[in-house]
Amino acid sequence: MTKSSRRFNIDRDVAPWTGATRPYDIAKEVAICFLVIGLLTVGLSVLFSSPDDPAVTLKQWAVSTPIDFATTAATELDGTGGTAGYGPPYNTAADGPMVLGISPAKIAGVHIPVDAAKDFVLSPVAALPENPVASQAIATYEAASVEQRQTWAANYDAAVTASTVTTAGGKVIVAPGDYGPVATIVDQLVAMAQSGALDTTMLTQQRFFSTDFTKPLLFISDGSFLANKAAIDHLQGDQWGMMNETGSWPGQAWLWLYTMWYQVPGLSTSDNADLQVFLIIIGLTLLLAFLPFIPGLRSIPRWTRVYKVIWKDHYRNM
Amino acid sequence: MTTATDKNWTRSLRKAGESAFPPERLLPDTQPSYVASWIYVFGALTMAALGVVTATGLVLAVMGPTWWHHSSTGHFINSMHLWSVELFFFAMVVHLWGKFFMAAWRGNRALTWITGVVSFVVSIGTAFTGYLSQTNFDSQWIATQAKDGINSTGGGAVFNVLNFGQMLMWHITLLPIGVGAIVVFHVLLVRRRGVVPPFELSGAKEEVAQ
Repeated sequence: MTKSSRRFNIDRDVAPWTGATRPYDIAKEVAICFLVIGLLTVGLSVLFSSPDDPAVTLKQWAVSTPIDFATTAATELDGTGGTAGYGPPYNTAADGPMVLGISPAKIAGVHIPVDAAKDFVLSPVAALPENPVASQAIATYEAASVEQRQTWAANYDAAVTASTVTTAGGKVIVAPGDYGPVATIVDQLVAMAQSGALDTTMLTQQRFFSTDFTKPLLFISDGSFLANKAAIDHLQGDQWGMMNETGSWPGQAWLWLYTMWYQVPGLSTSDNADLQVFLIIIGLTLLLAFLPFIPGLRSIPRWTRVYKVIWKDHYRNM
Repeated sequence: MTTATDKNWTRSLRKAGESAFPPERLLPDTQPSYVASWIYVFGALTMAALGVVTATGLVLAVMGPTWWHHSSTGHFINSMHLWSVELFFFAMVVHLWGKFFMAAWRGNRALTWITGVVSFVVSIGTAFTGYLSQTNFDSQWIATQAKDGINSTGGGAVFNVLNFGQMLMWHITLLPIGVGAIVVFHVLLVRRRGVVPPFELSGAKEEVAQ
């Protein structure tokens, strides 16, 4: 067997230990650690419990802020809503974030098809039982040309975001205008959501048993209701929200480095921030993983001399 | 010369295991004298916290994902799950920084370091899917925000953070298996290679056999 040799590198190699040993009881150490962690866990749980803010429903949204709900429905119809213009993996309305002209999302393609107008607004209203007003409005809308639908939806979108919009008994009142059946459709959807029927309908669009909340979550996140509630709990992206938790409980503090990049000028306003930050984190993680092989970086422990504190007894006894 | 004994896979596997991990190395009762600092405890504390996380997670899994919302016992178990996760990450990060400042990759221990980093990353993924599985406002908000990061990589096509059922399965099966496997491998490497010795203050230079 041939043996090669290489020059000793203090940041990579060690001389075999030939010094003294000391008694050690690994079983005892592990047992004590379990006891300490167990007691700490129980103590912290008794003292501080854990947060549990109930999930927000479409009903709560429509009852609390019907104008925001109606506005969001209008944007799904005219294509300016968050999901309607999202791109992959939901639709082809956009390319998704890019770096160096490459969009990984576009390459991956549309795998979770979502038609915002149909899935969030038209299908639920069309499913209203024994409701000739809703049926007639849907029929009129679907019989119209794409351009005509767009005009009605855009007109209603402008009206529902105007300062003149009001509510009466939970119903959204907009100034008279050329909205075609859109105003009726949105009114029906608002009423449906306020009754709680929309929560059920959107969940069971696919089948009786469902654990997939993609569509209702996309719809509710397109409005301001969820985001406003999150802002109160300092959970927004510009509030370092990724590492926060509702109330004063600690959240995912280990995501501080990921969250930090979203606060950096340039990235905080970039349309491609999600992909850029992800790539930065991937790069930093690879650097950390392969640090033993990177000259300079692997010397930092020796330069900082923290090891002298860790092994102070050893060096004192040398 | 090949013998009949060498062709027995089971016997060869056993001998390789016995050679790599003799009982006194797997469960040592002595350590080099330099292993004398509180920083060394954080590896075992991380393991202990992982044990509590797993035990409380098992209870939550047995009772179902929404049990803890309407049961005071369930809420307490959930609190234990949360706090043991916080302790797990605290101990793990201290352990990681301690090993960094010891340059613990020295002496053919690079794979030990890498598996440690991988277990940290997989643990973050496990905790993240746990936050998505709470079935409350927190999980709603985290899911709607996180989707943009995942989708931007193209990963959203197969890893849909808005799909509660998918995230729950990742959280209670796939990722825990991943964490468990990588942690076991990491610990075996630690037992195999031993604890890294201190830097030689004399700056000794010598040839290293490869």
